[in-house]
Amino acid sequence: MAENTYEKIPAEEFAFVQENDLLHDKELQTKARGFFADAMIRFGKNKSSVIAAIILGLLILYAIVAPLISPHNIRHTDVIYINYPPFIRSIADKGWGILNGAKSMDSQNDSSLLALRAIAEETGLDPLIGIKDAHEVSTMQKGKKVTRTTYDVEINAYYFKGIIYRTFSYDEFKRIQAWQDETGIQVIYPYVEPADISGIADNPNIWYQVDSKGNAVLDENGNFVPAYSSNAAKAGAEYNSLRIPGDDGSYIYSYGRSGSVQCRVLYYNYYRYLNGMEPNYLMGTNALGQDIFCGIGVGARFSIIFAILVSAINLTIGAFYGAVQGYYGGWVDMTLDRIADILSGVPFVVVTTLFQLHLAKRVGIVPSFLFAFVLTGWIGMAALTRRQFYRFKGQEFILAARTLGASDRRLMFKHIFPNGIGSIITSCALVIPGVIGSETSMTYLGIVDLSSFAGTTIGTLLSQGNAVVTSAPHAILYPSIFLGLLMICFNLFGNGLRDAFNPSTRGVED
Amino acid sequence: MFKYVLQRTLYMIMVFFIITLMCFVLIRMLPLPALPPGDIHSEVIAMRREAMGYNKPYLEQFAIFLRGVFTRFDWGLSEQLYTGRPVLEVFLEKLPATMIVNLYSILWTIPVGIALGIWAALKKNTWVDYTISTLTMVVISVPSFVYAFLIQYILCFKLRLFPFVMKGGTDWFSPAMFRSMVPAVLALSFGVIAGFCRTTRAELTEVLTSEFMLLARTKGLTKTQATIRHALRNCFVVIVPGIFGEFIGILGGSLIIERIFSVPGVGGLTLNAINAQDYNVFIMSTCFYTAIGLAAGLVVDISYGFIDPRIRVGSKK
Repeated sequence: MAENTYEKIPAEEFAFVQENDLLHDKELQTKARGFFADAMIRFGKNKSSVIAAIILGLLILYAIVAPLISPHNIRHTDVIYINYPPFIRSIADKGWGILNGAKSMDSQNDSSLLALRAIAEETGLDPLIGIKDAHEVSTMQKGKKVTRTTYDVEINAYYFKGIIYRTFSYDEFKRIQAWQDETGIQVIYPYVEPADISGIADNPNIWYQVDSKGNAVLDENGNFVPAYSSNAAKAGAEYNSLRIPGDDGSYIYSYGRSGSVQCRVLYYNYYRYLNGMEPNYLMGTNALGQDIFCGIGVGARFSIIFAILVSAINLTIGAFYGAVQGYYGGWVDMTLDRIADILSGVPFVVVTTLFQLHLAKRVGIVPSFLFAFVLTGWIGMAALTRRQFYRFKGQEFILAARTLGASDRRLMFKHIFPNGIGSIITSCALVIPGVIGSETSMTYLGIVDLSSFAGTTIGTLLSQGNAVVTSAPHAILYPSIFLGLLMICFNLFGNGLRDAFNPSTRGVED
Repeated sequence: MFKYVLQRTLYMIMVFFIITLMCFVLIRMLPLPALPPGDIHSEVIAMRREAMGYNKPYLEQFAIFLRGVFTRFDWGLSEQLYTGRPVLEVFLEKLPATMIVNLYSILWTIPVGIALGIWAALKKNTWVDYTISTLTMVVISVPSFVYAFLIQYILCFKLRLFPFVMKGGTDWFSPAMFRSMVPAVLALSFGVIAGFCRTTRAELTEVLTSEFMLLARTKGLTKTQATIRHALRNCFVVIVPGIFGEFIGILGGSLIIERIFSVPGVGGLTLNAINAQDYNVFIMSTCFYTAIGLAAGLVVDISYGFIDPRIRVGSKK
């Protein structure tokens, strides 16, 4: 060392920094940031998780709101509008090509186009949306070449249904007449006797002269010739209500059957009579004639509540079980682990089935389904808790607490558990989509039928849609989109949450 | 090592028997569906029920059941679905369809999955990685019936490339059969690809940043050499047990995919048995699925021991 001059500093060089004041540590200028707040900030930096959380919020909002705002109750089923495409009257009328109940019909010939025109002419609701394509088809017939044109058309399924036969009691018949007078909407159309239309008794949409094949016979101006019956002797009941234009008062509107009347009813307007509104189905209808828009909401609501309930129960059981395992260790741990091993070995399908078969009649379908989930669902949570306990139980602060006389229970739940709770709770965010997935699979496979309890579920909707995937793809499309989005968002959100709460990744991403 | 394998195996067998006993008793406790009177099979089945000890205590029934299974491979008769036929016969008839569909699926998906995972890990934090990781995440999250629907609608209906459901018959390796299997195979494949891709990527990115890789580079290996000889070998410690597990899993198959594409396999049989209350078939299915699940776990455990020297050394203590 060089020569040290410190000892030779004269005393007058020294001055007091402070003489009469008290010395304090400076107050911390920065704000203290808790564990939770820190995790939230780090979660906020993960853009994809934030977006997922927002979409998830919207989906949950949908599940809450859709059943409320949907005009159709989920218990309401329709017998005619089954697997019908999306349709909203006010938007369909604008002709934007969406929500117009459109269905494609390929290779239609001239006479089927004529039948469409007839429906439009009688009911005022034109089923033909547009002709997409026309093909010239040549065939050899009796040695001559015949060229026909076939059309690929788009039709409005709701209007295309047109008129159906319905049998009413006299009272009902009167009520419909009263409703017609009140609203001015024509429900009942003049009766056509099958004898007048070449004996065709299964096509109520024919109201004009036809040949034996059911093709329209037009007059010289190209107009339909009405074949309405004016045989007053056959009329089933009195009719004093709206008459269609061109009716001189002689047409009959019902046909007498024993104790009731048979009518030709425009189903679209009959639907309005029955339900007090037009059929507006934003996402179409399913195989039971339920509104899919409402059905997805109802199903999702059930799924989410059910999944949260299952997760909460499993979390509680798993936490206790894992706590006991991890804290006591030794043979307790061994024994409990063996039990968990055995339970986790039983296939989930078998568990669900057995619970349904044994318990459904006694405690109800939903509780027995819940038990099936609880029976094996807690095992993962227990393993997680056990790991956390092994991590913390040997540390000094536990020893200190024990020295101070803390009981086992206090050590477990006041000292160790809070340290592990972050990772335990965040794993719950990943358990929820797992439960939703299994629940959907089980209802999809039909092992559990929740329709009577929840109205419908996403799994049920998907399985109904899958049966008609070619003719009504919308019935499976919308539930699929919803479920797919829900699962993706839940997983992204859960991953983000897990990373945010995991202290070991702290500061890594910066 | 041998002792470890033996221990694990014996333990699994014990667990299997306990599960079987539990399920057996629970299934036998269910009320039996009534037999149609006057049917020729009814009498046979009623006699069989008597012989299976339906009126004796459950443990005795289980003993009779086990004796039948182990001495005569007798799993009982199918009562509702295939009236009077032995369950084992029906079951073995259904097994090939499940196995072949799953085998086709994993044969091409495991290499593809691992390759994609490696690619993503090597190009970490580039658009390649982002694309692959995002797709993997999406495929893993979305349940299989959603893309089964897409395959059915787009490939089978719109483009008319494949038939809608699997062809019947037992000509397992004919071209027509193969073509009819493609949709089911594809639907099964997405999940497997995504699973392997995710594991591989996670493992490999971790290994690539470890210190022995730096050492390998400093001693003069090229990046390719270091990756193939050191990084991949290490990440296969995790992947190979997964492959073994997957191979055991081909027996089990997927209930949902089998139902959507009408694969005449074990899954369909199980579902039918549940719906028709054919309990002898259901017991067989239960044992089968339990055994597969346990065997897959066992194989994964043991293969870890064989592949990873660290575990092998640890077990000798």
